[in-house]
Amino acid sequence: MNIFAIVGRSFLGFLATIGNIAVFTGKAVFHTFAPPFYFRLLWRQIVSVGYYSLPVVGLTALFTGAVLARQIYIGTGRIGIESAVPTIVVFGITRELGPVIASLMVAGRVSAAMAAEIGTMRVSEQIDALQTLATNPFKYLIAPRILATALVLPVLVFIGDVIGVMGGYFMSTELLGFNSSAYLRNTIDFLEVADVISGLVKAAVFGFLIALMGCYHGYRSDGGAQGVGRATTNAVVSASILILAANYIITELLFAQ
Amino acid sequence: MSTIIPKISLRGVTKSFGDNLVLDKLDLDIMPGDSVVVIGGSGTGKSVMLKCILGLLDADAGSIKIDGVETMGMSTRDREALLRRVGMLFQGSALFDSLPVWENVTFGLLSAGTISRKDAWGIAATILAKVGLGRQVCDLRPSELSGGMQKRVGLARAIATSPEMIFFDEPTTGLDPITADTINELIVERVRDLGATTLTITHDMASVRKIADHVSMLHDGKIIWSGPVDQIDQSGNEYLEQFIHGRADGPINADPNTDKIT
Ligand SMILES: Nc1ncnc2c1ncn2[C@@H]1O[C@H](COP(=O)(O)OP(=O)(O)OP(=O)(O)O)[C@@H](O)[C@H]1O
Ligand SMILES: [Mg+2]
Repeated sequence: MNIFAIVGRSFLGFLATIGNIAVFTGKAVFHTFAPPFYFRLLWRQIVSVGYYSLPVVGLTALFTGAVLARQIYIGTGRIGIESAVPTIVVFGITRELGPVIASLMVAGRVSAAMAAEIGTMRVSEQIDALQTLATNPFKYLIAPRILATALVLPVLVFIGDVIGVMGGYFMSTELLGFNSSAYLRNTIDFLEVADVISGLVKAAVFGFLIALMGCYHGYRSDGGAQGVGRATTNAVVSASILILAANYIITELLFAQ
Repeated sequence: MSTIIPKISLRGVTKSFGDNLVLDKLDLDIMPGDSVVVIGGSGTGKSVMLKCILGLLDADAGSIKIDGVETMGMSTRDREALLRRVGMLFQGSALFDSLPVWENVTFGLLSAGTISRKDAWGIAATILAKVGLGRQVCDLRPSELSGGMQKRVGLARAIATSPEMIFFDEPTTGLDPITADTINELIVERVRDLGATTLTITHDMASVRKIADHVSMLHDGKIIWSGPVDQIDQSGNEYLEQFIHGRADGPINADPNTDKIT
């Protein structure tokens, strides 16, 4: 087969996908802010996204904080500035690792679940049934999921930040011989509000992307159980890539001098 | 007589999926208060036709009028208002599996704000009684029901808002003959009592004879025969005859692909 035809076709397919996602995003955002609102469904999503993600986020943050402290201790040891460990740990966690790792974990859990649920509703004609009952699926299914995830992720990340810093603290005081009160003082003294806030802004954007990808792939799935499986995989992969790409862009926007 | 506007009127409705031409310039009229049954072999596009009328699928060409108003390319808002007057039973029931039965049945009433959540359970029980289900199913999930019970809940959901147009996609498939007859009775009753206009798709000839005022047969993307139900036995149409008597040999080929080659 002609190589130009193959390249051309996949490029056109790529453009079509971008277009579809753009239209879907526009509709999703519009229906998130235009009444009627389904508060009951919003609350249900907040619980299922937020509350049930707490263990996952807490555990990953704890281990990440501990490992980070150990590695930074080794690295700073090479140039003799081990006293910088608490500052670098809290800086790294609030700005980067907290939002990114928590969001990737939530992406695995939540966008997969959303794609599977909405995808099953699509292939079993439940979305068609919603429409015939004069209910807009964007308002009923998609808006509550997107809003809930974007609202809840900053809270999860904040909790993850605290637990991550604690992980670093335990590692440093129990195994690396840091003095407890000096470690805490260094953590707090050099922390700026902007470090935390920028991480939370990132979290809100990542939450939006997670739910958007879960809903998009679920909503457009076809081809029965196999199609739903494909939608689930695509949702997690695309959400994860978008999180990392958006992280780069937001960091450049906020911190490039 | 020509002054009566059809409740639903299809003209030249065409729909294809890729190379697969499913509806080919299809024409169909349904008069107010009529019970029309569409028959036809599997995969001839009966469900696709229903979905085009409801706006769940966009037809490629043609015109679909309801009460004389064009519905193709209608705004979302107008479509929503139109769908409030419609009930639909899906072929696979399509119950919301995240909601209990009572919420499924009263979904349309709740979303229109006609009733409060407080009263919904009792109202659901009343509607379920009409399709022969006891109040104990109210709190079950759709996944806990048998296929036939799901169909009845789907039917209850379709009639709950007392809509003026009701679409039934194979209402009796998968039911025992007694329940099937109850469902047929119920459809007749809806038409008689509420003056609803109904469009039913079925393969079940007992059902056709019981509920139809008019019968239309879909084949090769077109309506190839239409007429009052009492004429189906002397139509002289060999397609219709073959279908009614369920014979394997005749002009209709069971395999749609070989059908297209000939
Ligand atoms: N979403 C879709 N995408 C692609 N093809 C479709 C889609 N829906 C239906 N078709 C095709 O349209 C044709 C008609 O399907 P339809 O479901 O309307 O059949 P039917 O007449 O309702 O059959 P049955 O009596 O078995 O329910 C089939 O060939 C089917 O493959
Ligand atoms: Mg069908």
